[in-house]
Amino acid sequence: MSDLFISEEAATAEEVAAVDAVIPEADSVLIIESERLVRGGQARRNERRHLLLPALHALQHEIGWISPGGSNHIAYRLQVPPAEVFGVASFYELFRTDDPGHTQSVTHICVDPACRIAGATALAEATEAAGGKVHASPCLGQCERAPAVFIQGRGEPDAVPADTEHPSAPIHQDPDDLQLLTRIGRYDPTSLDDYRGIGGYAMLAKAIEMGPDAVIAAVTDSGLSGRGGAAFPTGIKWRGVADQTGRPKHVIANCDESEPGTFKDRILMEHDPFAVVEALTIAGLTTGAENGWLYIRGEYPLATERINGAIDAARAAGLLGDDVAGSGKRFDIDVRRGAGAYICGEETALFASIEGYRGEPRNKPPFPTTHGLFSEPTAINNPETLINVLPILEHGADAYRGKGTDRSPGTKLYCLSGNVAQPGLYEFAFGTTLGEALADAGGVTGNLHAILMGGAAGSFVGPDAMDLPLTLEDTREAGTTLGSGVIMVFNDTVDMTDVVVRITEFFRNESCGQCVPCRVGTVRQHEVMVELSEKGTLAAERSQLIDDMALAMGDASICGLGHTASGAVQSAINLGLIGGSS
Amino acid sequence: MTAPASTNGGAPQPSETAVTISVDGSDVSVPEGGTILDACKAAGIDTPTICYADNLTPVNVCRVCVVEVEGNRTLVPSCSRPAEEGMVVSTDSDRVRHSRKMVLEFLGSDVDLSEADEITQWGEHYGADPSRYVTEADSSIAARAPQEVKVQDNLYIRDYDKCVLCYKCVEACGDDAQHTFAIAVAGRGSDATISTEFDVTLPDSACVYCGNCVAVCPTNALQFKSEFDLRAAGDWRPEDQTVTTTICSYCGVGCNLELHVQDNEIVKCTSPDDHSVTMGNLCIKGRFGYQYVNSRK
Repeated sequence: MSDLFISEEAATAEEVAAVDAVIPEADSVLIIESERLVRGGQARRNERRHLLLPALHALQHEIGWISPGGSNHIAYRLQVPPAEVFGVASFYELFRTDDPGHTQSVTHICVDPACRIAGATALAEATEAAGGKVHASPCLGQCERAPAVFIQGRGEPDAVPADTEHPSAPIHQDPDDLQLLTRIGRYDPTSLDDYRGIGGYAMLAKAIEMGPDAVIAAVTDSGLSGRGGAAFPTGIKWRGVADQTGRPKHVIANCDESEPGTFKDRILMEHDPFAVVEALTIAGLTTGAENGWLYIRGEYPLATERINGAIDAARAAGLLGDDVAGSGKRFDIDVRRGAGAYICGEETALFASIEGYRGEPRNKPPFPTTHGLFSEPTAINNPETLINVLPILEHGADAYRGKGTDRSPGTKLYCLSGNVAQPGLYEFAFGTTLGEALADAGGVTGNLHAILMGGAAGSFVGPDAMDLPLTLEDTREAGTTLGSGVIMVFNDTVDMTDVVVRITEFFRNESCGQCVPCRVGTVRQHEVMVELSEKGTLAAERSQLIDDMALAMGDASICGLGHTASGAVQSAINLGLIGGSS
Repeated sequence: MTAPASTNGGAPQPSETAVTISVDGSDVSVPEGGTILDACKAAGIDTPTICYADNLTPVNVCRVCVVEVEGNRTLVPSCSRPAEEGMVVSTDSDRVRHSRKMVLEFLGSDVDLSEADEITQWGEHYGADPSRYVTEADSSIAARAPQEVKVQDNLYIRDYDKCVLCYKCVEACGDDAQHTFAIAVAGRGSDATISTEFDVTLPDSACVYCGNCVAVCPTNALQFKSEFDLRAAGDWRPEDQTVTTTICSYCGVGCNLELHVQDNEIVKCTSPDDHSVTMGNLCIKGRFGYQYVNSRK
């Protein structure tokens, strides 16, 4: 039993209506001892806490901030302590906990590298001069159409202006040559019938016919590994969850892509949403999980709309629900919107976020396959990884391995941005060289100076890396990474010090703050980079400090954010992109 | 609570559920479920900890207790990682010493550790030099702006310039002891802080003044008002204090009290962490209800 002490600030009628719209009536008992003392119980609290994030979204959208009265109403309805509601709300960039003092929508403008070199600063100034409310945002996942803008709506839905300006996907390859992007542009992403018309949902039927063991065997034999950067073998992950019995299980599509330079999963969700839903359904039936979750970053309104549409259509057609496609198995999907936190793309932070806690990563072990969402067995994959299952099932593992290399089978999506002629989403077989990839994107505009591989968490390579085969093994050997498939190109007009300072600022802002090496290390690293940008060179002891910090962040941080926060800086120094020692 | 550990130097561990690991070259047995930290303790190896406490669930956020475990890419927190049969652990390798030093340096550069003697001593042990972080960069990007000490009642104060964000107070207020949930971590990254909802004052919050947060604070960021006032007057003299153990007289639970006495006046009240009744926790009466003893009337 636990008691909540709720302060006297009351919610307004509109706040109550907004919050109540997303919180269903509870069937458990509340003992109201006084206006301020309500007994609800710990079990009740944990049961409904996953509604906290949707409730905060509703309140923020309705009144433009998380007010004390509105927060109290959420606390009361969900029986979450008010201090914890505040702790969660104040964690996310899209929620503000002070009164904005205006009623306008807010224009988020990306200030990360690709948008920075495409005139984001000037756009922000112009927007402000025209009376707009501007919020400097980390990467918005629209690097192919930089500078990126996201409108956080007030009295109107959230919107991305470019979604109407550029309705078709930024894909410049022949779909016949592709296996992941092959459906894009070939069906109406709002129509299940259209999707079925091009063979959609045939692989779900095949997976049901094959049975879980055969599906897992095919995925394992294909050599498919996670496409988010960590490259964990998908078959092993699925087997791990499938083998768990006696507890509820979950499969999650991690659609929180926030790595600067990454927009692949957004394109998949916007233009091939049914494939993502079908593949997640296959994952659920294969691992024996009845609960599917799709966690989409909050800045992707069109992707959210299309995914919701696909789920609704699939459910109406019996492809989700109590008897999925006649299999006799139950599986359904809940959608959750993130609220502006890079760290929530880290799988354990994502669990915490869904559960209604601050998006703070947990130590591993225990691993998600045994202790994931709600501490229950969970398989979590991103959309790109998931849709690889479709060609694997369609053509078999051997055919799948026909592309790529022995240790990196198949194809990979790449997000090309920055100084390239045709920024966009590309699919290449593993083993394609960096130079070939750039050539397919129309080549570099201007004189190539540096390429950021894998995003802010990746590293820079120089013009001499054109022959680097894009495989997991070759990039690792070369001391860089494919990461989430970012290839961000910089020509010799770009101020690389400015880019690197911004990357360090990004990590400083996005660290969850939980562990000391990352919380303080990212700040100190940013400070040293600012000092470098002001002085032009680094004294020897400063170079030593950068190395010392990198080693400690990489060794002692809890999660991948801290582990990778110094990679770009280190590589920029090694390549001589930013001021060397004085 | 952590289970007691034994070394292989003592009596052999007959339980089937013991696991044996190697710590700095010596075999150490701990009961299954025991942590690497338990094994270090059993082997007589002193390990720095900040966010760890015997009476709290490990949150492993400070990272000062990290050790090197063979086969692990990164260092692991000894306070929370269960010992597994055959693990090979190094507690004093170059990597371990470096990360411990850096954590202590980072904290020293970011937090007022003037009343956190144990942390500063470990800093000296590992050669931490917080002064090397002073940069000539624009001060507007400094990590944290100084905060005023929050003095909102007569029982305890909060000085968040001294806070290392170890989460102990949040745990003691929440699931690990009091279940009051008056405070939580708020904000993100270097702006993260311990806060009530919307930073309301403690009397306006859910706080029940058990003082269990104060008891677990490792840096004196949370401080009894009695100590705070004496420090302000330059009259806080731990070396002149005696500690008298007694049993709380308010109810029948039987909580042990440790009365810290200076100049014949009680200046603070604690309870032993290992006491079977309190596990170090008290209620407002046991913690603060001693003023009548000091009354001269």
